[in-house]
Amino acid sequence: MEWEPVIGLEIHAQLCTRSKIFSASATAYGAPPNTQASLVDLAYPGVLPVLNADAVRMAVKFGLAINARVARRSIFARKNYFYPDLPKGYQISQYELPIVAGGAVDIMLEDGSLRRVGVTRAHLEEDAGKSMHEGLAGLTAVDLNRAGTPLIEIVSEPHLRSAKEAVAYLKKIHTLVRYLNICDGNMQEGSFRCDANVSVRPRGTDKLGTRTETKNLNSFRYVDRAINYEIARQIELLEGGGRVVQETRLYDADRGETRSMRSKEEANDYRYFPDPDLLPLEIDQPYIDAVAATLPELPDQKAQRLMDEYGLSAYDAGVLTASAELADYFEVVARGLGAGHAAGDAAGAKEHAKLAANAVMGELAGLLNRDGFEIGQSRVSPASLTALLRRVVDDTISGKIAKDVLEAMWDEGREADAIIQARGLTQITDEGAIERAIDAVLAGNPKQLADYRAGKDKLFGFFIGQVQKATGGKANPARLNELLKKKLGGAEGHGG
Amino acid sequence: MTDLHLATVAQLSAQLQSGGVSSVELTRMLLARIEQHQRELNAFITVSAESALQEAARADERRRAGTAGPLTGIPIAHKDIFCTRGEKTTCGSRMLADFVSPYDATVVERLRAAGTVMLGKTNMDEFAMGSSNETSYFGPVRNPWNTSRVPGGSSGGSAVAVAARLAPAATATDTGGSIRQPAALCGVTGIKPTYGRVSRYGMIAFASSLDQGGLITQSAEDAALLLAEMAGFDARDSTSVEMPVPDYAAALEQPLKGLKIGVLREFFEGLDASIEPLIRAALALLHAQGAVIKEVSLPHLPLSVPTYYVVAPAECSSNLARFDGVRYGHRCEAPRDLTDLYERSRAQGFGAEVKRRIMVGTYVLSAGYYDAYYLKAQQVRELISRDFEQAFHEVDVLAGPTTPTAAFELGAKTHDPVTMYLNDIYTIGANLAGLPAISVPCGFVGGLPAGLQLIGPHFSEGRLLNVAHRYQRETDWHQRLPKGFV
Amino acid sequence: MTIERSDVESIARLARLALSAEEMPQYVEGLARILGMVEQLKRADTAGVAPMAHPLPGQRARLRTDAVTEADQHELYQRNAPQVRSGLYLVPRVVE
Repeated sequence: MEWEPVIGLEIHAQLCTRSKIFSASATAYGAPPNTQASLVDLAYPGVLPVLNADAVRMAVKFGLAINARVARRSIFARKNYFYPDLPKGYQISQYELPIVAGGAVDIMLEDGSLRRVGVTRAHLEEDAGKSMHEGLAGLTAVDLNRAGTPLIEIVSEPHLRSAKEAVAYLKKIHTLVRYLNICDGNMQEGSFRCDANVSVRPRGTDKLGTRTETKNLNSFRYVDRAINYEIARQIELLEGGGRVVQETRLYDADRGETRSMRSKEEANDYRYFPDPDLLPLEIDQPYIDAVAATLPELPDQKAQRLMDEYGLSAYDAGVLTASAELADYFEVVARGLGAGHAAGDAAGAKEHAKLAANAVMGELAGLLNRDGFEIGQSRVSPASLTALLRRVVDDTISGKIAKDVLEAMWDEGREADAIIQARGLTQITDEGAIERAIDAVLAGNPKQLADYRAGKDKLFGFFIGQVQKATGGKANPARLNELLKKKLGGAEGHGG
Repeated sequence: MTDLHLATVAQLSAQLQSGGVSSVELTRMLLARIEQHQRELNAFITVSAESALQEAARADERRRAGTAGPLTGIPIAHKDIFCTRGEKTTCGSRMLADFVSPYDATVVERLRAAGTVMLGKTNMDEFAMGSSNETSYFGPVRNPWNTSRVPGGSSGGSAVAVAARLAPAATATDTGGSIRQPAALCGVTGIKPTYGRVSRYGMIAFASSLDQGGLITQSAEDAALLLAEMAGFDARDSTSVEMPVPDYAAALEQPLKGLKIGVLREFFEGLDASIEPLIRAALALLHAQGAVIKEVSLPHLPLSVPTYYVVAPAECSSNLARFDGVRYGHRCEAPRDLTDLYERSRAQGFGAEVKRRIMVGTYVLSAGYYDAYYLKAQQVRELISRDFEQAFHEVDVLAGPTTPTAAFELGAKTHDPVTMYLNDIYTIGANLAGLPAISVPCGFVGGLPAGLQLIGPHFSEGRLLNVAHRYQRETDWHQRLPKGFV
Repeated sequence: MTIERSDVESIARLARLALSAEEMPQYVEGLARILGMVEQLKRADTAGVAPMAHPLPGQRARLRTDAVTEADQHELYQRNAPQVRSGLYLVPRVVE
């Protein structure tokens, strides 16, 4: 039987407010244990929650960005359960009336087609603290610094059909929250994480299979692996005549497998009820309009504009708009290269856009990746990269040399021209010099010349390589090509 | 004035201002009285003798420096449900027997800022769950009118402290009658303000949508003076109302002419036959002052007890989940594992009534029962509120008895929770609807005090205090003293 | 409404309260009495009535400006804690 996986994600995005959702403690990551836990966060007797305005604003911003309905009235509810990292014995969340409902995002599938993924709801809630089990015999240690950090939980429809699609959707939301500047997206620190609901069913059937929920996946790779593991496990179970148990599972990154979480199983009667300490959250149209006015250009809009303005492919536009900073960087470079173009700045930018895109997505991304930097931390500024690429456009250096120069710029912190100058990398464009180099190579390789003439066309590349070797790679590739063709062609003529 | 302990807050304020007495003298005298009667009445859980005398000395200094206000140097007691910085705050529970609060409740902070001196923390039913003060971990409080009787609850310690003149006034809280019922049974004045009028920050929560801080005093006049300081918006309590606090004292003397008083038909059902004439007499007295008396009916009011015993336990089951033996409070010895830590710490830390209510609340919120109990109760609560709203279209205030009977014997009702709960039959309605209400002494039944209850629309504290004050000008029930505490 | 011992046991588990066998009958009876009294609610016709969650009508959430005003006071706050080490609260090992 062929099985179809059905996947939905519950994404938890920490909102990047300064203070917590219901208290005035700091939310900064990495502080010493319990130094950012106030009386409210510790659930001291008698304390009360007061809602953070910015957490509300950020949730509304998200709702607008996914074309969802922003609820005019939403209610905070208590989700009751006992756990050491949950000081009140209940989590303040939203249950029946969430602040955001019914949105969607588009993801690009491998074949380049778009898939619309529904977002059922996004609600405001508070994060729990952290329990640590290492290094304490028989004990668990609790740090409540994270307790009360604002979250939006973004719940998708079960519209995803593979781990790849789930990752693409997760990346899309990740991109979106960072565009909106409502979440720093740091997965390692847990600011952005998700639970995956996975089930399988015979392909062609409608009825959903029993699902499992795999908790706390905090990297794209883990999401991919955990979902694939879970799909395979469920199929194996079903094909072996067994059945899937509805349960909460935990992904063990070291073993690359999921396992049942006993602790979450025994009592999941959460006894939700409206939190009497918090009044209904009411949002009016002027407020929504004011938040809408602060929305930045969103990833899909930006990608479309890059395609229209710069003639980029959908793929390139998609890669560049994965982060707003990357797209901005690209645009500065492309515009810089186009400035002063005879046909106008815009036309110039469009003409050089592919060169700029390749440099940003290729060489620059390689260096960022090598050193583990974000685009905002790039050691080469857009202006410096523009200056370098200008030397490619004006034939001072070749694209190949440019790559080396960029690496030197990155490592040494110097400008392109200074490196080209110091290393004498300026291209040889003088035809006489190139011809002399060609003649020397041809003279030095009589056998290859004879073979070429006997029909071994492939040796053209050999001669190019030899000339570049002799000139230290500085011969202008176009000129070299042209002159070598002429020389060999001429010789051919003699032979004929 | 020789019998300083008999003086009201208003009288003491005048004495302190005229230099007739110092706060230190006053505080020392009251501390001695508390000590003298503690064994017999058990009104206090903590007596803060040392800090009280320091505060009193500071108050006297302010007085000399000319920076004192009308309440500077007035000693008062706080119900042990209010968190007091650096002082034990037990909520009448073993769970918090050793708990020292690192912060002050807003009510405490405000009364401190007004210059009052804290004598100590008064005894109460555990976590304010009780109507007789018998559920306190620190032992029952006894009624000074007859020490074999209960003082009522949950603010029994506060009511007794004022009734026995151990403190001129005390703070208290009211979730289903916990201020008014003990005030009635002890012959003192008790006001529960409108929900949201007094900040709940630092007041240990029992049922968040019903709890409201208030006062037990000798007179409505004293309540007006103290409430003016306690009430008002607090940004730390989301349910606190942003509305200016009127000058309650200024409105006290307002004549009652034309005041429309509604007499609740439902409040005379199940009423002790000997209390009814006292209420009728009180109404006649108000009528004589120009008030119009009219009978009204609130058809859903008889459902207030069952409504309350769904809503209050539901909220309490969640509010008390924080007491888990992890960050503060009682922890059991040598827990085997986490579940054992939770289950034994909570079982040992909470008394039987608290556990019973937590379980009722857990049950009514649990899967499959939520709609039938919790949702239904919140709907009936809406109906009860509408009944009140309707009534206030016709009348200005509602009047009736505070309790169905006078103080009962200790142990008389502990065997059956429902019998005990029915004690609050007349008081719960105001909590469900968030209305202000006051109880004033209106006579005696077999030597035990009875209370007249007045309920008003939201934020009508001024009017209730005015009516109560006019009544107290014409009567001396509130000035009567139990024998042995003169 | 009948309340069985097993109901009380499962509620107690959910509420994290250890009840001994001796005290169990007392709770079974108490809960049965209370829930029996609560049955009166069925008498009310509540069709179409919105449940009331707050006693004051028309109130809405007031929002707090996003600002950090709390300072580290963990030493003070942990004075009430039964077991702490290096600023961390300790509990018996949690098995996940």
